[in-house]
Amino acid sequence: MDAPLIRARGVSRVYRLGGGDVHALRGVDLDIGRGEYCAIMGASGSGKSTFMNLLGALDRPTSGELVIDGEVLQGKRPDELARFRNRSVGFVFQQFNLLPRTTALDNVALPLLYRGWSLKKRRERAEACLRMVGLGERMDHHPSQLSGGQQQRVAIARALSGEPSILLADEPTGALDSQTSEDVMDIFDRLNSDGITLIIVTHEADVGARARRRITFRDGLIVEDAS
Amino acid sequence: MNLMAAIAVALTALRVNALRSFLAILGVIFGVAAVITTVSLAQGARDAVESRIASLGASTLNITAGSRARGGRQGGAGSGTPFSDADVTALRTELDFIAAASGLVQSNVTAVVDGANWPTQIIGSNAEYMDVRDWTLADGRMFTEAETQRSARVAVIGQTTARELFPGGGAVGASVRVNSQPFEIIGVLGDLGAGAFGQDQNDVLLAPVTTVRSRVTGFSRAGVRDPVQQVWVKIAPGFNMELATIELEDYLRVRRNVPPGGQDNFAIRNFADLIRAFNETQRVLGLLLASAGLITLLVGGIGIMNVMLVSVTERTREIGLRLAVGARRRDIRNQFLIESVVLCSAGGVIGLGAGVAVARGIEAFGPAMGLTGLAVSVDPSVALVAIGAAATVGVLFGFYPAMRASRLDPIEALRHE
Repeated sequence: MDAPLIRARGVSRVYRLGGGDVHALRGVDLDIGRGEYCAIMGASGSGKSTFMNLLGALDRPTSGELVIDGEVLQGKRPDELARFRNRSVGFVFQQFNLLPRTTALDNVALPLLYRGWSLKKRRERAEACLRMVGLGERMDHHPSQLSGGQQQRVAIARALSGEPSILLADEPTGALDSQTSEDVMDIFDRLNSDGITLIIVTHEADVGARARRRITFRDGLIVEDAS
Repeated sequence: MNLMAAIAVALTALRVNALRSFLAILGVIFGVAAVITTVSLAQGARDAVESRIASLGASTLNITAGSRARGGRQGGAGSGTPFSDADVTALRTELDFIAAASGLVQSNVTAVVDGANWPTQIIGSNAEYMDVRDWTLADGRMFTEAETQRSARVAVIGQTTARELFPGGGAVGASVRVNSQPFEIIGVLGDLGAGAFGQDQNDVLLAPVTTVRSRVTGFSRAGVRDPVQQVWVKIAPGFNMELATIELEDYLRVRRNVPPGGQDNFAIRNFADLIRAFNETQRVLGLLLASAGLITLLVGGIGIMNVMLVSVTERTREIGLRLAVGARRRDIRNQFLIESVVLCSAGGVIGLGAGVAVARGIEAFGPAMGLTGLAVSVDPSVALVAIGAAATVGVLFGFYPAMRASRLDPIEALRHE
C-alpha cells in the first residue's frame, strides 16, 4: 500500500495564554490517503480548526509528527512552510478572502505570483482554473460585481491554480444560502471525483454527508472516524 | 516574486487609494521642493560669485594709500600719502612678477553729447589697464602710452554708456563732453558684466589718467607729483599670489619709508578673497534654508510612515491571505517597502518639478518684488539627489510598517475583522 498523503502521529498543539496552557489538540493520530474526500466535524473549540491550520502549514505542531505529501512539517522554517503552502495546499475560506478591486483573473493568479511565474503564464493558468469552476465569462469582474456563490467559485479556482495535493476548505458554505451551497458543493464533488484530495471543515451535517469519510473532533481528540 | 511584479502590485495598491496616496506624499513634495529651491538659489549665488571673481581676475591686486595718523588720530583709508605715476612705473620696471600695472583716478561725472547726457563714472588709467583687468574691446581701440603721456583727450566707453549716449550706435569717432572738456571716443569696451559687488561695470568712461587728473577731477596732493587714488597690478602667470603679495608689501614698505616694525601706510587687497568672505555668509544662510527643507522632508517621511501603518492595519486580511497562498515574510516586507519607496519617489519627482518652478519663479519675478541680485542655477545632479533623498525617506520610514506587516501571524491575520 502507498504511504498516506497525510500522516499524523501524536500531534498536539498547546497555546500559551496568560492564564495558562490551552491544549487545543492532545495527540492526534490520523492517516488520510491520496484522493480521499474527508469532512472534519465538531463543535467550536473541539480542535478541528487548529488541526486544519496544521494541515495547511499555517501553524506548526507543539509536539508529534506530521508528514504531508512526503514533507516533514515539524521543525520547518517559516520560508519553507510558505513554499510548502504555495505548492501543496489550496485554501478555501468561509469569507472567500478575495482581494478587493482586483479582477477575478488576478485573484486566481495570486498564488502563482509567489511562484515567480511570468504574467502571461499566470493569466493562462488562471483562465483555465476559472473555466473549471464555470466563470470563464467573468474573468474581468471585481469581487464586488460577483454574487457570494460566484466569489466562492473564484476562491476555489484560486485554490486550484497552484495544482495543490490537498484542497482545504474551512466552512466553505458558511456564508452562502442553501441553493448556492449546493452549487459550490457540486463543484467540490466533481473536483474530488477528478482525483483531488479534499478536506472540508464544517459543522453542517448535510455538507458532512457528502464526504466519504467523516472525522469528528471533541476536546482536542478524534472521537469518531466513519467511512 | 520578481521586482517588476512587486512594483505592479504596489502601484495597484496605491491607485486604489489615490487620494490618500497623494495626501501622504504632500510632505515629501514640500520637502523636496524646498530643498530644490534653496539649493538652486545657493548654486546660483555661488555661480555669481565665481563670475564676479573672474571679472576681477584671480591674479589682480588692488593697492591704496593707507591711513595717516595726525596727533594720534587716524585719518582713515586714503588719507595717507597717495601713490603716484612714478610708483606705478617703478613697480612695473623693478618687480619682475608684475605683468601689468596702472594707477587709477576716478570720479562721478556727467557725460554730454548733442541731445543726450548720462551720469557715469570716469576712470583715468594708463594704457595697460585693459591688460590688468583682462578687459576686451568691442569696437575701436584703446588709447596708447603716448596718448597718456601727452594727456590726449580720448576716451573708451563702456557698453551701457555707449547705449545711453548713442542709442543709434556710432559712438566711435564721436565727441563727448565731460566737465566741458571734449573727448574723442576711440573705442567701446566689450561686455564686462556685473562687478564684484553687483554694480554695472559697463557704465564707465575710460580716459588717460593724465587727462582725467588735470582736466576733470583735479586730483592733487601737496608734495606728491602725479598722484593716483589707487593702483591695480596684475601678477604674471606662474607666480604664487601669496608670495607675490608678500614681496610686493616688502617692496612698498621700503619705497614708502615704513620703519621696521611700523604699520604699513598702504593696503594691498586681493578682491577674490574679499568676495569669498562676503559670500560665506550667504552660503551659511543657504545651508540653513536647505536644512529647513530637509527637516520638512523628514516630517514628510513621518507622514508616509503613518499612512503605511494605517494601510498595513487595513489590509491585515490581505496580508494573511498572501501568506496563506505562499508569500514569504520577505515578499510581504518588500511589497510594503516598494509601496513606500514608490510613493516617496513620486513625491520626489513632483517636488522636483515644484521646486524648479518656484526657483524659476523667483528668478523671473524676484526683481519685480525687490529681490535683486538673486541668481538661480538648477543643477541636473541636484535633481538626482532630491529623488534619491525622497526614495531614501521611503525606505527609512517604510521599513517599520513593512516589518510589522511581514511579522503578522497568518492565522491571526486571516481572522482579522
